[in-house]
Amino acid sequence: MDRRTLQPSLLELIRRTSAELPDDIAKVIRRSLRTEVPNSTARYAMEVIQRNIALAKKKGLPICQDTGSILFFVRGPLGLRQSRFREAGDAAVAEATRIGYLRQNSVDSITGANAGTNLGPGSPTYHFEQGPGGQTEVRLILKGGGCENVGTQYSLPDTRLGADRDLAGVEKAILDAVNQAQGKGCGPGILGVAIGGDRATGYLHSKEQFLRRLDDRNPNRVLARLERSVMARANSLGIGPMGFGGKTTLLGCKIGVLNRLPASFFVSVSYMCWAYRRQGIVMDPRGRIREWLY
Amino acid sequence: MRLEAPFTEEKIRDLRVGDIVEISGIVFTGRDAVHKYLHEGNPSPVDLTDAIIYHCGPVVVKEKNVWVVKAAGPTTSIREEPHEAALIERYHLRGVIGKGGMGQKTLGACQEHGCVYLHAIGGAAQVLAEKVVRVRGVHLMERFGSPEAIWEFEVEGFPAVVTMDTHGNSIHKDLLAASTARLQEVFAEIDREKV
Repeated sequence: MDRRTLQPSLLELIRRTSAELPDDIAKVIRRSLRTEVPNSTARYAMEVIQRNIALAKKKGLPICQDTGSILFFVRGPLGLRQSRFREAGDAAVAEATRIGYLRQNSVDSITGANAGTNLGPGSPTYHFEQGPGGQTEVRLILKGGGCENVGTQYSLPDTRLGADRDLAGVEKAILDAVNQAQGKGCGPGILGVAIGGDRATGYLHSKEQFLRRLDDRNPNRVLARLERSVMARANSLGIGPMGFGGKTTLLGCKIGVLNRLPASFFVSVSYMCWAYRRQGIVMDPRGRIREWLY
Repeated sequence: MRLEAPFTEEKIRDLRVGDIVEISGIVFTGRDAVHKYLHEGNPSPVDLTDAIIYHCGPVVVKEKNVWVVKAAGPTTSIREEPHEAALIERYHLRGVIGKGGMGQKTLGACQEHGCVYLHAIGGAAQVLAEKVVRVRGVHLMERFGSPEAIWEFEVEGFPAVVTMDTHGNSIHKDLLAASTARLQEVFAEIDREKV
């Protein structure tokens, strides 16, 4: 893949992810605005959110100043040179930071120093996967710190919640996470949940749920039912947009499952804020954008 | 309603939770590094007396030698809970803008010293950046980097909701209690479905 075409494609992916909310999310936000009571603070919050989405798109500037962890999910053919892809990705991230599509957002955990480039150990993060055919798909999630901080992991059984190692226990854990988060994760939020796995694969799989379209249907019928149940129950808690109270606490809930060890039963919950920055591109073999995925 | 500088204790004590305000005047950004720094006893490079502090790490770039705010929404406030009450007491801060609300210690300081918590809309970086009409200066930039520096913003009509007032009220406290009670009902429902 040609670095000279790949790098501008990735820069454009970053720009669009940071500035434009994908249609599937924007649609649900519009719908939930109408369900909030006129003149309530919840309605007010949703109106400001709506205005902000339009303004960011018009100006081509970040929807939220916390441009978040930079997570690339790359699916490419055999022969995709990962080291070359990383080089182009790193360069695109540094350039996006210079322009202001991304905030200077990556800090040395020991010294607290901010190099101002968003480059360093773990930043950006690349997940590579081999896919069929000759095309390369790149998906990008920008996940802010406020919502990342309210993510949590349960190890069942959990006696505080009365949550056993069954689907009822899983549902209790998920709902507890929503209640703990209150408005701190910039709700209304979207949950990505993984049942099972180890602690690391569970969290990763919970984040991979954010790659799903909000209007998709879980092919696993048990999980599809659980997703619907969590939505209805979470929205009955009354936390509302920004934790001001109201009807919309969650905009979506996506649940995946991994096998587990007999000894372990993790429920990993990732929370995404309403500023759900996720986009994706399909590229031709030279690295030019052929199609947008969301 | 409008909340304009100077931010006097009297104006602040008139506010009640649920009030939607539009703030005009100077606000100073300050987040994790600044709070820790000031709480440790280091001198503030700006006069924070009767000031409004804004939990915000903005995107600011220099264009033709002028600072331009590209994005400026609030960051999560609860991380400053260990520090805020002391700063409210020391400087008589009149307002704290942020998101997600703060805890009992801050609520107590708000009541005692005359300060309110002003909840901005999290993530609304563009709507809020538009309300910053001028950047008057920046401090501690070398030391903490751009998002963690103290930015002196002149704002006009900056929108926020009062969620903690000087009368001991907190929307956050009340909502957590209500949603937790509701959660217990939901748990009971789930348990009933199991049998």
